[in-house]
Amino acid sequence: MRLSAEEVRQVARLARVGLTDGEVEQMRGQLSNILGHFDVLGHLDTDGVEPSSHSVDLESVTRDDVVEASLPPDEVLSNAPDREADFLRVRAVLE
Amino acid sequence: MHPSDVTGLSIREARELLDNGGVSSVELTRAALDRIGEVEPSVHAFVTVTDELALEQARLADARISLGNAAPLTGIPMQLKDNISTRGVPTTCSSRMLEGFVPTYDATVARLLYDQGAVLVGKGNLDEFAMGSSTENSARGPTRNPWDLGRVPGGSSGGPAAAVASGECFFSLGSDTGGSIRQPAALCGVVGLKPTYGLASRFGLVAFASSLDQIGPITRDAADGALVLNAIAGHDRSDSTSLSGEPTNYASCLDHGVEGLRIGVPREYFVDGTDPGVERAVREALVVLEGLGARVEETSLPLTPYALAVYYIIAPSEASANLARYDGVKYGYATPTASGMWEALDKTRQEGFGPEVKRRIMLGAYALSTGYYDAYYLKAQKVRTLIRRELQQVFGEFDALATPTSPTVAFPFGERTEDPVQMYLSDVCTVPANIAGIPGISVPAGLADGLPVGLQFLGPHRAEGTLLRIAHAYQQATDWHTMRPAPATKAA
Repeated sequence: MRLSAEEVRQVARLARVGLTDGEVEQMRGQLSNILGHFDVLGHLDTDGVEPSSHSVDLESVTRDDVVEASLPPDEVLSNAPDREADFLRVRAVLE
Repeated sequence: MHPSDVTGLSIREARELLDNGGVSSVELTRAALDRIGEVEPSVHAFVTVTDELALEQARLADARISLGNAAPLTGIPMQLKDNISTRGVPTTCSSRMLEGFVPTYDATVARLLYDQGAVLVGKGNLDEFAMGSSTENSARGPTRNPWDLGRVPGGSSGGPAAAVASGECFFSLGSDTGGSIRQPAALCGVVGLKPTYGLASRFGLVAFASSLDQIGPITRDAADGALVLNAIAGHDRSDSTSLSGEPTNYASCLDHGVEGLRIGVPREYFVDGTDPGVERAVREALVVLEGLGARVEETSLPLTPYALAVYYIIAPSEASANLARYDGVKYGYATPTASGMWEALDKTRQEGFGPEVKRRIMLGAYALSTGYYDAYYLKAQKVRTLIRRELQQVFGEFDALATPTSPTVAFPFGERTEDPVQMYLSDVCTVPANIAGIPGISVPAGLADGLPVGLQFLGPHRAEGTLLRIAHAYQQATDWHTMRPAPATKAA
Protein backbone atom coordinates (compact mmCIF):
# COMPACT_ATOMS: atom_id res chain seq x y z
CA MET A 1 0.00 0.00 0.00
CA ARG A 2 1.37 3.40 -0.95
CA LEU A 3 0.14 6.48 0.92
CA SER A 4 -1.25 9.28 -1.21
CA ALA A 5 0.12 12.80 -0.94
CA GLU A 6 -3.25 13.85 0.51
CA GLU A 7 -3.00 11.17 3.25
CA VAL A 8 0.48 12.40 4.17
CA ARG A 9 -0.80 15.99 4.32
CA GLN A 10 -3.73 14.91 6.50
CA VAL A 11 -1.39 13.17 9.00
CA ALA A 12 0.86 16.25 8.98
CA ARG A 13 -2.16 18.38 9.84
CA LEU A 14 -3.07 16.04 12.70
CA ALA A 15 0.50 16.09 13.99
CA ARG A 16 0.88 19.84 13.39
CA VAL A 17 4.10 19.47 11.44
CA GLY A 18 4.55 21.73 8.46
CA LEU A 19 5.98 19.91 5.42
CA THR A 20 7.27 21.23 2.10
CA ASP A 21 6.03 19.55 -1.08
CA GLY A 22 9.39 17.83 -1.34
CA GLU A 23 9.07 16.49 2.21
CA VAL A 24 5.55 15.23 1.48
CA GLU A 25 6.89 13.22 -1.46
CA GLN A 26 9.79 11.86 0.58
CA MET A 27 7.49 10.93 3.49
CA ARG A 28 5.12 9.14 1.09
CA GLY A 29 7.86 6.77 0.05
CA GLN A 30 9.46 6.33 3.44
CA LEU A 31 6.28 5.93 5.50
CA SER A 32 4.79 3.53 2.95
CA ASN A 33 7.93 1.42 3.10
CA ILE A 34 7.98 1.38 6.91
CA LEU A 35 4.26 0.58 7.15
CA GLY A 36 4.83 -2.29 4.72
CA HIS A 37 7.20 -3.87 7.25
CA PHE A 38 4.46 -3.77 9.87
CA ASP A 39 2.28 -6.14 7.82
CA VAL A 40 4.23 -9.02 9.37
CA LEU A 41 2.11 -8.59 12.52
CA GLY A 42 -0.94 -9.67 10.52
CA HIS A 43 0.49 -13.23 10.53
CA LEU A 44 -0.05 -13.52 14.28
CA ASP A 45 -3.37 -14.56 15.75
CA THR A 46 -4.13 -12.14 18.56
CA ASP A 47 -7.83 -12.94 19.02
CA GLY A 48 -8.69 -12.70 22.69
CA VAL A 49 -5.26 -11.33 23.65
CA GLU A 50 -5.37 -8.37 26.02
CA PRO A 51 -3.33 -5.38 24.81
CA SER A 52 -0.39 -4.21 26.98
CA SER A 53 0.03 -0.48 27.29
CA HIS A 54 2.97 -1.09 29.61
CA SER A 55 5.63 -3.71 30.21
CA VAL A 56 4.82 -4.02 33.88
CA ASP A 57 1.43 -4.00 35.55
CA LEU A 58 0.97 -0.55 37.02
CA GLU A 59 -1.46 0.57 39.64
CA SER A 60 -2.76 4.08 40.06
CA VAL A 61 -0.78 5.99 42.64
CA THR A 62 -2.47 8.45 44.95
CA ARG A 63 -1.28 10.75 47.69
CA ASP A 64 -2.79 13.29 50.00
CA ASP A 65 -3.51 16.63 48.40
CA VAL A 66 -0.99 18.68 50.32
CA VAL A 67 0.11 22.10 49.14
CA GLU A 68 3.86 22.26 48.54
CA ALA A 69 6.24 24.97 47.40
CA SER A 70 6.30 25.49 43.61
CA LEU A 71 8.84 27.17 41.40
CA PRO A 72 8.55 30.97 41.33
CA PRO A 73 6.91 32.40 38.17
CA ASP A 74 10.15 34.03 37.01
CA GLU A 75 11.84 30.64 36.88
CA VAL A 76 8.89 28.88 35.30
CA LEU A 77 8.79 31.50 32.56
CA SER A 78 12.54 31.77 32.15
CA ASN A 79 12.54 29.69 28.94
CA ALA A 80 9.47 31.30 27.37
CA PRO A 81 10.06 32.54 23.81
CA ASP A 82 7.73 35.49 24.40
CA ARG A 83 6.46 36.68 27.75
CA GLU A 84 4.83 39.73 29.24
CA ALA A 85 4.91 40.15 33.04
CA ASP A 86 3.89 36.74 34.39
CA PHE A 87 2.14 35.65 31.20
CA LEU A 88 3.10 33.74 28.08
CA ARG A 89 2.33 35.78 24.98
CA VAL A 90 0.74 33.77 22.15
CA ARG A 91 -0.42 34.62 18.68
CA ALA A 92 -4.10 35.36 18.11
CA VAL A 93 -6.27 32.22 18.24
CA LEU A 94 -9.16 33.90 16.45
CA GLU A 95 -8.44 36.18 13.55
CA MET B 1 50.90 8.83 38.94
CA HIS B 2 50.95 11.38 36.14
CA PRO B 3 47.60 13.23 35.95
CA SER B 4 47.05 12.29 32.31
CA ASP B 5 47.18 8.60 33.21
CA VAL B 6 44.20 8.77 35.56
CA THR B 7 41.54 9.14 32.85
CA GLY B 8 41.88 5.46 31.96
CA LEU B 9 41.11 4.23 35.47
CA SER B 10 37.95 2.49 36.60
CA ILE B 11 35.71 4.26 39.11
CA ARG B 12 36.97 1.88 41.82
CA GLU B 13 40.62 2.64 41.05
CA ALA B 14 39.92 6.38 41.04
CA ARG B 15 38.00 6.00 44.32
CA GLU B 16 40.99 4.36 45.97
CA LEU B 17 43.32 7.13 44.80
CA LEU B 18 40.91 9.82 45.97
CA ASP B 19 40.53 8.19 49.38
CA ASN B 20 44.24 7.61 49.98
CA GLY B 21 45.20 11.10 48.83
CA GLY B 22 46.97 9.91 45.68
CA VAL B 23 44.90 12.32 43.62
CA SER B 24 42.36 15.05 44.40
CA SER B 25 39.01 15.41 42.69
CA VAL B 26 40.18 18.74 41.28
CA GLU B 27 43.18 16.97 39.70
CA LEU B 28 41.00 14.16 38.42
CA THR B 29 38.51 16.67 37.00
CA ARG B 30 41.29 18.73 35.36
CA ALA B 31 42.63 15.54 33.81
CA ALA B 32 39.18 14.70 32.42
CA LEU B 33 38.75 18.26 31.11
CA ASP B 34 42.21 18.10 29.48
CA ARG B 35 41.27 14.84 27.87
CA ILE B 36 38.02 16.40 26.63
CA GLY B 37 40.05 19.25 25.14
CA GLU B 38 42.29 16.73 23.37
CA VAL B 39 39.74 14.38 21.87
CA GLU B 40 36.61 16.49 21.37
CA PRO B 41 37.75 18.04 18.08
CA SER B 42 37.70 14.55 16.58
CA VAL B 43 35.15 12.58 18.66
CA HIS B 44 32.50 15.21 19.56
CA ALA B 45 30.89 13.25 22.39
CA PHE B 46 29.75 16.40 24.24
CA VAL B 47 27.23 19.08 23.37
CA THR B 48 28.10 21.11 26.48
CA VAL B 49 31.25 21.04 28.62
CA THR B 50 30.66 22.37 32.14
CA ASP B 51 34.24 23.10 33.18
CA GLU B 52 33.53 25.82 35.74
CA LEU B 53 30.72 23.90 37.41
CA ALA B 54 32.87 20.76 37.40
CA LEU B 55 35.81 22.42 39.17
CA GLU B 56 33.46 23.94 41.73
CA GLN B 57 31.86 20.55 42.39
CA ALA B 58 35.32 18.95 42.54
CA ARG B 59 36.45 21.40 45.24
CA LEU B 60 33.37 20.54 47.29
CA ALA B 61 34.06 16.86 46.73
CA ASP B 62 37.63 17.27 47.97
CA ALA B 63 36.33 18.96 51.12
CA ARG B 64 33.91 16.09 51.66
CA ILE B 65 36.62 13.48 51.10
CA SER B 66 38.93 15.20 53.57
CA LEU B 67 36.15 14.99 56.17
CA GLY B 68 35.95 11.24 55.58
CA ASN B 69 32.39 11.48 54.22
CA ALA B 70 32.99 10.19 50.71
CA ALA B 71 30.26 8.19 48.97
CA PRO B 72 31.28 5.73 46.21
CA LEU B 73 30.99 8.41 43.49
CA THR B 74 32.23 11.46 45.40
CA GLY B 75 34.66 13.40 43.26
CA ILE B 76 34.27 11.18 40.17
CA PRO B 77 33.90 13.08 36.85
CA MET B 78 30.77 12.06 34.95
CA GLN B 79 28.78 13.02 31.89
CA LEU B 80 24.99 12.92 31.50
CA LYS B 81 23.18 12.39 28.22
CA ASP B 82 21.71 15.67 27.07
CA ASN B 83 18.11 14.54 27.45
CA ILE B 84 18.55 14.36 31.25
CA SER B 85 17.53 17.67 32.82
CA THR B 86 20.20 19.57 34.73
CA ARG B 87 19.24 22.73 36.55
CA GLY B 88 21.11 25.74 35.20
CA VAL B 89 22.90 23.66 32.53
CA PRO B 90 21.48 23.63 28.97
CA THR B 91 19.59 20.44 28.10
CA THR B 92 19.03 20.37 24.35
CA CYS B 93 18.22 16.76 23.36
CA SER B 94 20.57 17.65 20.47
CA SER B 95 17.57 19.33 18.85
CA ARG B 96 17.14 22.78 17.42
CA MET B 97 13.80 22.72 19.26
CA LEU B 98 15.55 22.91 22.64
CA GLU B 99 18.60 24.98 21.70
CA GLY B 100 19.39 27.20 24.67
CA PHE B 101 16.79 25.52 26.92
CA VAL B 102 17.95 25.65 30.55
CA PRO B 103 15.97 23.43 32.93
CA THR B 104 14.75 24.92 36.20
CA TYR B 105 15.10 21.61 38.04
CA ASP B 106 17.30 18.52 38.10
CA ALA B 107 16.23 15.10 36.93
CA THR B 108 16.02 12.77 39.91
CA VAL B 109 18.99 10.73 38.66
CA ALA B 110 21.09 13.91 38.35
CA ARG B 111 20.14 14.94 41.88
CA LEU B 112 21.02 11.49 43.24
CA LEU B 113 24.45 11.63 41.59
CA TYR B 114 25.05 15.20 42.79
CA ASP B 115 24.03 14.05 46.29
CA GLN B 116 26.83 11.49 46.13
CA GLY B 117 29.23 14.25 45.11
CA ALA B 118 29.78 13.12 41.51
CA VAL B 119 31.26 15.86 39.30
CA LEU B 120 29.46 16.88 36.08
CA VAL B 121 31.95 17.58 33.27
CA GLY B 122 29.29 17.97 30.60
CA LYS B 123 26.32 16.73 28.61
CA GLY B 124 26.49 13.94 26.05
CA ASN B 125 25.50 14.09 22.40
CA LEU B 126 22.59 12.00 21.14
CA ASP B 127 20.36 11.42 18.17
CA GLU B 128 17.77 14.20 18.30
CA PHE B 129 15.30 13.38 21.10
CA ALA B 130 17.01 9.95 21.38
CA MET B 131 15.57 8.87 18.03
CA GLY B 132 18.22 6.99 16.11
CA SER B 133 20.88 4.31 16.24
CA SER B 134 23.98 6.16 15.07
CA THR B 135 23.97 9.70 16.57
CA GLU B 136 23.87 10.94 12.96
CA ASN B 137 20.47 12.53 13.76
CA SER B 138 21.99 15.02 16.22
CA ALA B 139 21.28 18.62 15.25
CA ARG B 140 24.67 19.37 16.87
CA GLY B 141 26.59 17.17 14.45
CA PRO B 142 27.43 13.48 14.79
CA THR B 143 29.67 11.84 17.39
CA ARG B 144 32.50 9.77 15.92
CA ASN B 145 33.44 6.31 17.11
CA PRO B 146 36.80 6.61 18.94
CA TRP B 147 37.81 3.20 17.52
CA ASP B 148 37.43 4.44 13.95
CA LEU B 149 36.57 8.06 13.30
CA GLY B 150 34.96 7.12 9.98
CA ARG B 151 32.31 5.08 11.78
CA VAL B 152 29.29 5.81 13.95
CA PRO B 153 29.38 5.28 17.72
CA GLY B 154 25.86 3.80 17.66
CA GLY B 155 22.94 5.57 19.20
CA SER B 156 21.09 7.17 20.51
CA SER B 157 23.53 7.46 23.47
CA GLY B 158 26.50 7.77 21.09
CA GLY B 159 27.98 10.69 23.04
CA PRO B 160 27.92 8.89 26.40
CA ALA B 161 29.39 5.67 24.97
CA ALA B 162 32.14 7.48 23.03
CA ALA B 163 32.98 9.70 26.03
CA VAL B 164 33.46 6.71 28.35
CA ALA B 165 35.43 4.81 25.70
CA SER B 166 37.80 7.72 25.09
CA GLY B 167 38.42 8.54 28.75
CA GLU B 168 36.63 11.90 28.79
CA CYS B 169 34.69 10.88 31.90
CA PHE B 170 34.56 7.86 34.23
CA PHE B 171 30.92 7.10 33.55
CA SER B 172 27.88 8.53 31.86
CA LEU B 173 24.14 8.00 32.02
CA GLY B 174 22.23 7.12 28.89
CA SER B 175 18.59 6.46 28.19
CA ASP B 176 17.38 3.28 26.48
CA THR B 177 14.03 3.17 24.68
CA GLY B 178 14.90 0.44 22.17
CA GLY B 179 18.61 -0.19 22.74
CA SER B 180 19.99 3.34 23.06
CA ILE B 181 22.31 2.44 25.97
CA ARG B 182 23.29 -1.09 24.98
CA GLN B 183 23.88 -0.72 21.21
CA PRO B 184 26.28 2.29 21.46
CA ALA B 185 28.02 0.62 24.42
CA ALA B 186 28.56 -2.42 22.18
CA LEU B 187 29.82 -0.36 19.25
CA CYS B 188 32.23 1.64 21.45
CA GLY B 189 33.54 -1.28 23.53
CA VAL B 190 32.12 -0.24 26.93
CA VAL B 191 29.48 -1.60 29.32
CA GLY B 192 25.88 -0.37 29.04
CA LEU B 193 23.09 -1.42 31.38
CA LYS B 194 19.39 -0.88 30.77
CA PRO B 195 17.66 -1.59 34.06
CA THR B 196 14.17 -3.02 34.54
CA TYR B 197 11.49 -0.51 33.50
CA GLY B 198 10.91 1.74 36.51
CA LEU B 199 14.06 0.82 38.47
CA ALA B 200 15.47 4.34 38.04
CA SER B 201 13.20 7.37 38.06
CA ARG B 202 12.39 8.99 34.72
CA PHE B 203 11.54 12.32 36.37
CA GLY B 204 13.43 14.97 34.41
CA LEU B 205 14.24 12.67 31.48
CA VAL B 206 12.83 14.36 28.39
CA ALA B 207 10.10 11.92 27.35
CA PHE B 208 10.36 9.96 24.10
CA ALA B 209 8.23 6.81 24.58
CA SER B 210 7.10 6.71 28.17
CA SER B 211 6.27 3.00 28.42
CA LEU B 212 9.72 2.06 27.08
CA ASP B 213 12.18 4.74 28.29
CA GLN B 214 14.64 3.82 31.02
CA ILE B 215 17.83 5.48 32.29
CA GLY B 216 20.98 3.47 32.97
CA PRO B 217 24.76 3.63 33.35
CA ILE B 218 27.50 3.43 30.74
CA THR B 219 30.81 2.42 32.33
CA ARG B 220 34.16 0.78 31.58
CA ASP B 221 33.24 -2.47 33.35
CA ALA B 222 30.40 -4.25 35.13
CA ALA B 223 31.64 -3.52 38.66
CA ASP B 224 31.55 0.22 37.91
CA GLY B 225 28.05 -0.26 36.49
CA ALA B 226 26.95 -1.71 39.82
CA LEU B 227 28.22 1.38 41.67
CA VAL B 228 26.37 3.79 39.40
CA LEU B 229 23.20 1.67 39.47
CA ASN B 230 23.33 1.71 43.28
CA ALA B 231 23.26 5.50 43.12
CA ILE B 232 20.32 5.91 40.73
CA ALA B 233 17.98 2.98 41.50
CA GLY B 234 14.97 3.44 43.74
CA HIS B 235 11.42 4.65 44.02
CA ASP B 236 10.72 8.31 43.34
CA ARG B 237 7.39 9.87 44.20
CA SER B 238 7.84 12.21 41.23
CA ASP B 239 7.65 9.21 38.86
CA SER B 240 4.56 7.12 39.51
CA THR B 241 5.94 4.33 37.30
CA SER B 242 9.10 3.96 39.38
CA LEU B 243 9.26 0.67 41.24
CA SER B 244 9.05 0.45 44.98
CA GLY B 245 10.69 -2.22 47.10
CA GLU B 246 13.82 -2.83 49.10
CA PRO B 247 17.00 -1.43 47.53
CA THR B 248 19.59 -3.95 46.38
CA ASN B 249 23.32 -3.46 46.79
CA TYR B 250 24.39 -4.40 43.28
CA ALA B 251 28.08 -4.26 44.18
CA SER B 252 27.56 -7.16 46.58
CA CYS B 253 25.98 -9.26 43.79
CA LEU B 254 29.15 -9.33 41.72
CA ASP B 255 31.33 -11.99 43.25
CA HIS B 256 29.08 -15.06 43.26
CA GLY B 257 30.36 -16.53 40.00
CA VAL B 258 28.22 -18.29 37.41
CA GLU B 259 28.52 -21.88 38.62
CA GLY B 260 25.20 -23.59 37.96
CA LEU B 261 23.51 -20.57 36.39
CA ARG B 262 21.34 -21.51 33.42
CA ILE B 263 22.01 -19.32 30.40
CA GLY B 264 19.78 -19.65 27.33
CA VAL B 265 20.93 -18.72 23.84
CA PRO B 266 17.88 -17.85 21.70
CA ARG B 267 18.69 -18.74 18.12
CA GLU B 268 16.39 -16.02 16.68
CA TYR B 269 18.81 -13.33 17.90
CA PHE B 270 21.41 -14.48 15.37
CA VAL B 271 19.50 -12.84 12.53
CA ASP B 272 20.34 -12.99 8.84
CA GLY B 273 23.00 -10.39 8.22
CA THR B 274 24.79 -10.96 11.54
CA ASP B 275 28.52 -10.29 11.02
CA PRO B 276 30.39 -13.62 11.18
CA GLY B 277 32.91 -11.90 13.48
CA VAL B 278 30.12 -10.88 15.87
CA GLU B 279 28.69 -14.40 16.00
CA ARG B 280 32.17 -15.87 16.52
CA ALA B 281 32.92 -13.50 19.43
CA VAL B 282 29.59 -14.24 21.10
CA ARG B 283 30.03 -18.02 20.69
CA GLU B 284 33.53 -17.78 22.16
CA ALA B 285 32.17 -15.86 25.14
CA LEU B 286 29.64 -18.64 25.72
CA VAL B 287 32.48 -21.17 25.83
CA VAL B 288 34.17 -19.00 28.48
CA LEU B 289 30.99 -18.93 30.57
CA GLU B 290 30.61 -22.71 30.24
CA GLY B 291 34.17 -23.05 31.41
CA LEU B 292 33.22 -21.03 34.48
CA GLY B 293 30.46 -23.50 35.28
CA ALA B 294 27.40 -21.92 33.66
CA ARG B 295 24.95 -24.26 31.93
CA VAL B 296 24.65 -22.80 28.46
CA GLU B 297 21.88 -24.16 26.25
CA GLU B 298 20.32 -23.15 22.97
CA THR B 299 16.67 -22.09 23.13
CA SER B 300 14.04 -20.53 20.92
CA LEU B 301 11.91 -17.38 21.16
CA PRO B 302 9.78 -17.58 18.00
CA LEU B 303 8.15 -14.16 18.50
CA THR B 304 11.49 -12.31 18.35
CA PRO B 305 11.15 -11.43 14.64
CA TYR B 306 7.93 -9.52 15.42
CA ALA B 307 9.47 -7.31 18.10
CA LEU B 308 10.92 -4.73 15.73
CA ALA B 309 7.52 -3.99 14.15
CA VAL B 310 5.89 -3.79 17.58
CA TYR B 311 8.57 -1.37 18.72
CA TYR B 312 8.41 0.85 15.64
CA ILE B 313 4.64 1.21 16.08
CA ILE B 314 4.53 1.74 19.84
CA ALA B 315 7.55 4.05 20.23
CA PRO B 316 6.52 6.54 17.49
CA SER B 317 2.91 6.47 18.71
CA GLU B 318 3.98 7.47 22.21
CA ALA B 319 6.47 9.96 20.77
CA SER B 320 3.81 11.67 18.68
CA ALA B 321 1.88 12.33 21.90
CA ASN B 322 4.91 13.24 24.03
CA LEU B 323 6.33 15.67 21.47
CA ALA B 324 3.01 17.50 21.10
CA ARG B 325 4.25 19.74 23.93
CA TYR B 326 6.74 21.54 21.66
CA ASP B 327 4.52 24.37 20.53
CA GLY B 328 6.83 27.39 20.66
CA VAL B 329 4.86 28.91 23.54
CA LYS B 330 6.12 27.65 26.90
CA TYR B 331 9.78 27.01 26.06
CA GLY B 332 11.98 26.00 23.20
CA TYR B 333 12.21 27.19 19.62
CA ALA B 334 9.52 29.50 18.23
CA THR B 335 9.33 30.48 14.58
CA PRO B 336 10.04 34.18 14.13
CA THR B 337 7.51 34.77 11.36
CA ALA B 338 4.00 33.41 11.18
CA SER B 339 0.52 34.80 10.95
CA GLY B 340 -1.79 33.31 13.52
CA MET B 341 -1.54 30.47 15.98
CA TRP B 342 -1.90 27.49 13.65
CA GLU B 343 0.74 28.65 11.19
CA ALA B 344 3.08 29.42 14.09
CA LEU B 345 2.61 25.90 15.42
CA ASP B 346 3.17 24.23 12.05
CA LYS B 347 6.24 26.32 11.26
CA THR B 348 7.77 26.05 14.73
CA ARG B 349 7.64 22.27 14.48
CA GLN B 350 8.71 22.24 10.82
CA GLU B 351 11.81 24.32 11.59
CA GLY B 352 12.55 22.98 15.09
CA PHE B 353 12.46 19.22 14.44
CA GLY B 354 14.87 17.27 12.23
CA PRO B 355 13.83 14.70 9.60
CA GLU B 356 13.84 11.55 11.78
CA VAL B 357 11.81 13.19 14.55
CA LYS B 358 9.25 14.40 12.00
CA ARG B 359 9.14 10.92 10.45
CA ARG B 360 8.41 9.31 13.81
CA ILE B 361 5.81 11.87 14.80
CA MET B 362 4.09 11.28 11.45
CA LEU B 363 4.33 7.51 11.80
CA GLY B 364 2.87 7.65 15.30
CA ALA B 365 0.09 10.03 14.36
CA TYR B 366 -0.80 7.70 11.48
CA ALA B 367 -0.78 4.56 13.66
CA LEU B 368 -3.07 6.28 16.17
CA SER B 369 -5.45 7.84 13.67
CA THR B 370 -9.06 6.82 13.14
CA GLY B 371 -9.30 3.80 10.87
CA TYR B 372 -5.72 2.64 11.49
CA TYR B 373 -5.62 2.43 15.30
CA ASP B 374 -6.83 -1.19 15.45
CA ALA B 375 -4.59 -2.40 12.64
CA TYR B 376 -1.41 -0.81 13.97
CA TYR B 377 -1.37 0.47 17.55
CA LEU B 378 -3.84 -1.98 19.10
CA LYS B 379 -2.35 -4.91 17.18
CA ALA B 380 1.13 -3.94 18.36
CA GLN B 381 -0.07 -3.76 21.97
CA LYS B 382 -1.54 -7.26 21.69
CA VAL B 383 1.65 -8.69 20.24
CA ARG B 384 3.45 -6.89 23.07
CA THR B 385 1.45 -9.03 25.49
CA LEU B 386 2.53 -12.18 23.61
CA ILE B 387 6.20 -11.15 23.63
CA ARG B 388 6.05 -10.38 27.36
CA ARG B 389 4.52 -13.80 27.96
CA GLU B 390 7.09 -15.62 25.85
CA LEU B 391 9.95 -13.97 27.74
CA GLN B 392 8.30 -14.63 31.08
CA GLN B 393 8.09 -18.32 30.18
CA VAL B 394 11.69 -18.62 29.05
CA PHE B 395 12.85 -17.17 32.37
CA GLY B 396 11.15 -20.11 34.08
CA GLU B 397 13.83 -22.23 32.43
CA PHE B 398 16.80 -19.88 32.39
CA ASP B 399 18.37 -17.34 34.76
CA ALA B 400 19.51 -15.22 31.83
CA LEU B 401 19.75 -15.14 28.05
CA ALA B 402 22.91 -14.41 26.07
CA THR B 403 22.75 -12.80 22.61
CA PRO B 404 24.69 -10.41 20.40
CA THR B 405 23.85 -6.79 21.33
CA SER B 406 23.94 -5.68 17.71
CA PRO B 407 24.14 -7.87 14.59
CA THR B 408 27.05 -5.78 13.31
CA VAL B 409 30.01 -3.80 14.53
CA ALA B 410 30.10 0.00 14.09
CA PHE B 411 29.11 0.94 10.54
CA PRO B 412 30.46 3.79 8.36
CA PHE B 413 28.80 7.21 8.37
CA GLY B 414 26.02 7.54 5.83
CA GLU B 415 25.61 3.81 5.28
CA ARG B 416 22.09 3.64 6.72
CA THR B 417 20.84 7.23 6.61
CA GLU B 418 19.15 6.91 3.22
CA ASP B 419 16.86 4.06 4.25
CA PRO B 420 15.21 4.42 7.70
CA VAL B 421 14.36 0.70 7.78
CA GLN B 422 18.05 -0.26 7.47
CA MET B 423 18.76 1.97 10.46
CA TYR B 424 15.89 0.45 12.45
CA LEU B 425 17.33 -3.04 11.87
CA SER B 426 20.29 -2.05 14.11
CA ASP B 427 17.90 -2.42 17.06
CA VAL B 428 16.69 -5.94 16.34
CA CYS B 429 18.45 -7.58 19.33
CA THR B 430 17.72 -4.83 21.83
CA VAL B 431 14.04 -3.85 21.41
CA PRO B 432 12.50 -6.98 23.00
CA ALA B 433 13.86 -5.98 26.43
CA ASN B 434 12.09 -2.61 26.24
CA ILE B 435 8.85 -4.17 25.03
CA ALA B 436 8.90 -6.54 28.01
CA GLY B 437 10.46 -4.06 30.48
CA ILE B 438 13.25 -6.49 31.38
CA PRO B 439 16.87 -5.55 32.13
CA GLY B 440 19.70 -6.01 29.67
CA ILE B 441 23.43 -5.39 29.76
CA SER B 442 25.99 -5.17 26.96
CA VAL B 443 29.60 -6.07 27.68
CA PRO B 444 32.63 -5.99 25.35
CA ALA B 445 33.37 -9.48 24.01
CA GLY B 446 36.27 -8.99 21.66
CA LEU B 447 36.95 -7.45 18.30
CA ALA B 448 35.76 -8.18 14.78
CA ASP B 449 37.80 -6.45 12.05
CA GLY B 450 39.40 -4.34 14.80
CA LEU B 451 36.04 -3.05 16.09
CA PRO B 452 34.32 -3.89 19.40
CA VAL B 453 31.66 -6.60 19.62
CA GLY B 454 28.93 -6.41 22.26
CA LEU B 455 27.60 -9.43 24.16
CA GLN B 456 24.13 -8.91 25.64
CA PHE B 457 22.66 -10.61 28.70
CA LEU B 458 18.93 -10.34 29.35
CA GLY B 459 17.16 -11.33 32.55
CA PRO B 460 13.71 -11.32 34.13
CA HIS B 461 12.36 -8.22 35.87
CA ARG B 462 14.69 -6.93 38.58
CA ALA B 463 17.47 -9.40 37.74
CA GLU B 464 20.13 -6.65 37.42
CA GLY B 465 22.08 -8.38 40.18
CA THR B 466 22.25 -11.60 38.16
CA LEU B 467 23.20 -9.78 34.94
CA LEU B 468 25.98 -7.83 36.67
CA ARG B 469 27.19 -11.03 38.32
CA ILE B 470 27.45 -12.85 34.97
CA ALA B 471 29.08 -9.84 33.31
CA HIS B 472 31.57 -9.49 36.16
CA ALA B 473 32.45 -13.20 36.15
CA TYR B 474 33.04 -12.94 32.40
CA GLN B 475 35.25 -9.87 32.90
CA GLN B 476 37.24 -11.62 35.62
CA ALA B 477 38.03 -14.36 33.09
CA THR B 478 38.69 -12.13 30.06
CA ASP B 479 40.25 -8.75 29.44
CA TRP B 480 38.22 -7.41 26.51
CA HIS B 481 36.80 -4.66 28.73
CA THR B 482 40.30 -3.30 29.34
CA MET B 483 40.90 -2.63 25.63
CA ARG B 484 40.91 1.03 24.71
CA PRO B 485 40.90 2.68 21.33
CA ALA B 486 44.16 4.26 20.21
CA PRO B 487 44.14 7.93 21.23
CA ALA B 488 42.05 9.85 18.72
CA THR B 489 43.52 13.31 18.82
CA LYS B 490 43.45 14.32 15.19
CA ALA B 491 40.42 15.42 13.23
CA ALA B 492 39.29 12.84 10.69
